[in-house]
Amino acid sequence: MSMADDTTAHVEGEPRFDGTPKAVWPLYEVFVRGKRGLNHVHVGSLHAPDDTMALHNARNLYTRRNEGVSIWVVRGDAITASSPDEKDPFFAPSGDKVYRHPTFYDIPDNVPHL
Amino acid sequence: MDHTDPHDENVYDALATADEDGRWAFGTGFDAGDAEITAPSPEGVDRADLATYCLMLADDALIASQRLAGWTTKAPELEEEVALANIALDLLGQARVLLSRAGHLGAAEPYRVGPQDDEDVLTYFRDDRAFRNVTLAEADLGDFGRTVAWVLVFSAWRLALMQRLTGSRDPVLAAVAGKAVKELTYHRDYAAQWVLRLGDGTELSHARMQAGLDGVWPHVEELFLAHDVERRLVEAGVAVDPAELRGDVDAVVAQVLPAATLTRPETPAVGLVGGRGGRDGVHTEALGGVLALMQSLARAHPEATW
Amino acid sequence: MTVTEDQGPDVAALEADFDRTVAAEGRVEPRDWMPEGYRKTLIRQIAQHAHSEIIGMQPEGNWILRAPSLRRKAILLAKVQDEAGHGLYLYSATETLGVDRGELTEKLIDSKQKYSSIFNYPTLTFADIGVIGWLVDGAAIVNQVPLCRSSYGPYARAMVRICKEESFHQRQGFELLRALMAGTDAQREMVQDAVDRWWWPSLMMFGPADGDSPNTQQSMAWRIKRHTNDELRQRYVDMTVPQAEALGVTLPDPELRWNEEREAHDFGDIDWDEFMQVVKGAGPCNAQRLANRRAAHENGQWVRDAATAYAAKQAVKKVTAA
Repeated sequence: MSMADDTTAHVEGEPRFDGTPKAVWPLYEVFVRGKRGLNHVHVGSLHAPDDTMALHNARNLYTRRNEGVSIWVVRGDAITASSPDEKDPFFAPSGDKVYRHPTFYDIPDNVPHL
Repeated sequence: MDHTDPHDENVYDALATADEDGRWAFGTGFDAGDAEITAPSPEGVDRADLATYCLMLADDALIASQRLAGWTTKAPELEEEVALANIALDLLGQARVLLSRAGHLGAAEPYRVGPQDDEDVLTYFRDDRAFRNVTLAEADLGDFGRTVAWVLVFSAWRLALMQRLTGSRDPVLAAVAGKAVKELTYHRDYAAQWVLRLGDGTELSHARMQAGLDGVWPHVEELFLAHDVERRLVEAGVAVDPAELRGDVDAVVAQVLPAATLTRPETPAVGLVGGRGGRDGVHTEALGGVLALMQSLARAHPEATW
Repeated sequence: MTVTEDQGPDVAALEADFDRTVAAEGRVEPRDWMPEGYRKTLIRQIAQHAHSEIIGMQPEGNWILRAPSLRRKAILLAKVQDEAGHGLYLYSATETLGVDRGELTEKLIDSKQKYSSIFNYPTLTFADIGVIGWLVDGAAIVNQVPLCRSSYGPYARAMVRICKEESFHQRQGFELLRALMAGTDAQREMVQDAVDRWWWPSLMMFGPADGDSPNTQQSMAWRIKRHTNDELRQRYVDMTVPQAEALGVTLPDPELRWNEEREAHDFGDIDWDEFMQVVKGAGPCNAQRLANRRAAHENGQWVRDAATAYAAKQAVKKVTAA
């Protein structure tokens, strides 16, 4: 239940996050094969401290523990992705990540305003 | 993704028609497995004893589920929110079948004040002295460390019980057990994973995990005590002798604790009152509080169904 | 957050390409070029939606331990669990835009991002559980079904899954209310009281009137949003009125009546002062909801740290063993 009511219509811009996140579990991408005869399909992602817990969490969240469903989990930072548009030179430097935005890169804590 | 049908905004159409399958959301299905709760009690088995035994196993799950549901919106991470709710739902499902079975065998009649189903009569209109759960089920869950210690012990014990109960002469108990074995195996493994991580995580988590285990431990001894009803039903091939379960629980504990760098607690067992414990309806003070909250609304409207 | 890729000679071409894709009802996917404003708008909207799911667990969670039948308890527990799942699907969609969930959680508990104001109202009786399902989830569905066609792929896909479960939620709410209306006088009074309290806040869920919602036009051009706030609100009123009649409850608006000419219901003025007050944090439960969320997050830190430490130790063991 819920929805996005448009309450931020008057809020200017995105306030910049200035807190320091503490230990955050890595992101895992989840692939599920709903039944035999099908391919595994990407269904989303989740956070988990390690592979074992990632599988547990994926089973809970994406299959609701339906038996007979095969699940793959893989850390997001282990995936190499193609560029969506080969003719575009801008993607060259980030062509190795699933998502190409800033927080997907390890940034040392002491570098300001990155 | 496909475009949604332009008429899909009429999701309200479905509102007008009643849905009979009762499965509104995952995990709420009421599933007795292969056996109907109305099956006759097996030949030579005392009906009242069987009803009481069903209540014991039902109350363990019901009160445990109620405790776990208390984690809602408080879990340490959203993934754990989902996992703990799953466990609570599984146990609630086990409780509902067993309560209905007990009701079918006559257990609800002394408490009936209104038009409620047996499972609700037994849940909401019995006083604490009539609850038959082991005191572990009602114990405070404390922090997440204590909670996973609690889930580990409770599920290892109940799994050992349910594995044996699959061979019960009572078809309902056997069916409930068959389904419960799968669920409890999952609960045990989930808890074991967390005991490992908290035990062998940080210094702080190690200390809290050990304290949690120490806090749960006093309720363990009671898990292996047989009540007279259980003894009679063991004779009749219906029930499981709790004394038999110690080996299984010990094996789990012996496997998990060293790997988690934890030590087996030596905290003394919670004492019985005149030789009587949870199975006799003699509980810790905690149960009264659990029931007061759980029963408050239903008791305020004894003539109502919901 | 700055994205450096969108500076350079080809930006105009990229933007034209993007606009063509969106105008042709194509889907934008995570690694595609997108205007920074589009990305920010999406992050804001999806995060707000995700936060709403998570905060929305609290008003309903308030009744799990007291649910008056085991069937209702199981349904409610499963529903609240679904909401945690929905929150996770949505946070997962924001991750594809390069925002970390931990960062969004910090923003939520620091009041730097919003959630739906409806959850700042208290659940005072068990009938509120039914009314939340019927009215609040109902309004959410009206808002969300069009989002299944949102231009951003991960958001649209998350919404498909969510909408499927939401319709179960709404039906359980309606079914609960029907049961209560067929019950005792006290139960019927409970339902009417709950409808009286939730009706106006549910209308506010569609956001400010179109004239006061400057971002709407851009969001619609980007196909993030498909209808204006007022269009959706009208649709919701028109759908809900006959349901209220079927239930036998009165919607607390003396000006509510069918307008033959418009072929739609006229309804009274929304109290926008109350709306803005709640948005700004002075609703009945704002402080409590955020304090609870903060407590859960902070009390869980040692657990999350422990799991991280354990994973690091295991990784070292693996390396030394190899």
